[in-house]
Amino acid sequence: MEVRRGIAVAPGVAIGPALVLGSEDFRIPQRFVRVDAIDVELARFRTALEAAVAEIAGHEELAASRLGQQYGAIFAAHRQLAQDPKLVKDIEDLIRQKCYSPEFASSRVLRKYAKTLQNLGDRYFAERANDLFDLEKRILRHLLGERREELTQLTMPVLVLAHNLTPSETANLDKKFVLGFATEVGGKSSHTAILAGALELPAVVGVGSFLADVSGGETIIIDGNEGTVIIDPDEETLGSYRDAERRMRSAAVRLNSLGPLRSETKDGVPIHIYGNIEFPDEVDHCAERGAEGIGLYRTEFLYLERDTEPTEEVQYGAYVRVLKAFPNGPVVIRTLDLGAEKFPQAMQEVIEATPNPALGLRSMRLTLHNTPMFKTQLRAILRAATMGDVRIMFPLVSTLLELRQAKMILGDVVEDLEEHKVAFNAQVKVGMMVEVPSAALLADEFAREVDFFSIGTNDLIQYTLGVDRANPAVANLYSSADPSVLRLIEGVVKASEKHNLPVSVCGQMSSDPIYTPILVGMGLRELSVTPQAILEVKQAVRNLTVPQSREILDRARSLDVARDVENYLRGEMKKFSPDVV
Amino acid sequence: MNPIPTCTREVVVKLENGLHLGPGSQIVQLAQKFSSEILIRKGDKTVDGKSMLDLLTLAAEHGTVLELQARGDDAAAALEAIAALFDRNFASEQPTDKPA
Repeated sequence: MEVRRGIAVAPGVAIGPALVLGSEDFRIPQRFVRVDAIDVELARFRTALEAAVAEIAGHEELAASRLGQQYGAIFAAHRQLAQDPKLVKDIEDLIRQKCYSPEFASSRVLRKYAKTLQNLGDRYFAERANDLFDLEKRILRHLLGERREELTQLTMPVLVLAHNLTPSETANLDKKFVLGFATEVGGKSSHTAILAGALELPAVVGVGSFLADVSGGETIIIDGNEGTVIIDPDEETLGSYRDAERRMRSAAVRLNSLGPLRSETKDGVPIHIYGNIEFPDEVDHCAERGAEGIGLYRTEFLYLERDTEPTEEVQYGAYVRVLKAFPNGPVVIRTLDLGAEKFPQAMQEVIEATPNPALGLRSMRLTLHNTPMFKTQLRAILRAATMGDVRIMFPLVSTLLELRQAKMILGDVVEDLEEHKVAFNAQVKVGMMVEVPSAALLADEFAREVDFFSIGTNDLIQYTLGVDRANPAVANLYSSADPSVLRLIEGVVKASEKHNLPVSVCGQMSSDPIYTPILVGMGLRELSVTPQAILEVKQAVRNLTVPQSREILDRARSLDVARDVENYLRGEMKKFSPDVV
Repeated sequence: MNPIPTCTREVVVKLENGLHLGPGSQIVQLAQKFSSEILIRKGDKTVDGKSMLDLLTLAAEHGTVLELQARGDDAAAALEAIAALFDRNFASEQPTDKPA
């Protein structure tokens, strides 16, 4: 039995056989081919190379249109490398003259050139060897077939273990067979983690290297509550986890009975609970658990599920699906919040090659660079808004000018729809995420120009504490309970009260019931939480009175270290909601 | 019997990072539009101007002097176009530039 510790990102326990996803390295199955097969093998190589070139050209176009010419140019260079006559000739010669398999020949030639670059003695040129390794991987993938094919051919329940899962891979996990997953890298608020929560799959990330110890097929326990992965558990451990599984199931049944009850404090103050969703289908979970609306609909997965941009009609359809589940409640649609992590793998590497991607071209900044894409989304939202209480929310606003620019584009879209006599709702409320410290500090000014605020704690914490939320080495510094974070949130709530502006919290902080008392104490009356936390947060609300929540906030304010605040809040929760696990 | 037209010219790499991926790509793209053979020499090493791999292995850093050589019917035009890339330090072309 071996126990590995990582970061718990989606609660629950899963027990089952391990499926280890292939690492980045390809095994070359065959080094030589028969002489009479040479022509066939040459043709196979050319087809694979063409496919690789077409793939790079696709990235080139996408990068140029979404990020600008200079990014497109990087892929243009990659494409030229792949088409380099010397390279192609070297590989074909090895196949023709030495009967090397295309896989072996490509790998040999590219590694030879990579080695030459590494030996040049110049750091910049040595780094270019990585571009050649990249190309090697790409060609091999086309020769050997899709890398993660194993995920599409599942026939029995498994736990997925991988070095890394991209958000789109996570989104496409087949919930019928995948019971949970664990990855070597990743952090608490990475999009993969958020998705695991949305899919309600127990998950642990940032385990560190452990795949070498697992060959696949052995029994694994993924404990998404404690953040542990247990390889080959002994009978005793297995037994106690099976018991825990049963207990949790009965606790879930008890919580479910809260669904139809009102979300209000003991002294009768309503606290509106909304759901955060990634996929339209999640509205059903939200409605079952008694959410009053959708406080955050993250639309980027519409863009990730397909290779091309979703059309206006596809988006309209998705928005209408959400509205039908909540015809009365608010549905807050956040405009595209694409960051580097959500780009196709190859583009990701280019964007991340800039020194500080989190401070770079992402989210709203990317959208403002990309007016046609932005306008398509705004049109779809405005049209869907005829069917319910839709609100538009802009993410990652850091200056007033950005906000005004976005509103101007929205104005253009409104005019355009009017001119073409398309049915739409012109009364849509427009709000913004407060998730950059600058926006929190200037909340008073921003409040004059929007209809509502939603505090996005995930980024607010990352930017306030200067911690990369996906880096396990510093993840322990990342805390919702940090006094600096609490003070910023309070400031935003105060500014909202002054301007009589609705304000909610939609980051992961609001989904953790230990924070419910201080958020209510600060004056928040709207919380937007992940669907699986709706009932727990509702229970926390129902066990509190407003004066009690203010007392808890006062006490928390007197503590100056995140860890103390967190411990204190955990203790309070045990007192008020002893049955919340 | 006509001798094959050949032109040579010296250029200096003024790019801060040397002749890296982006500029190299511009050279290859341009060179491939000409039928002439295009060679680039740094010291005793000569590489094919139409090969990205070759250009990279040249490792031409900031300040390197390169000799461009073109051999073929459109040698003069090819050389002029590529030298112009170096002259404007690989900045994007002016709209008034003649078509290649």
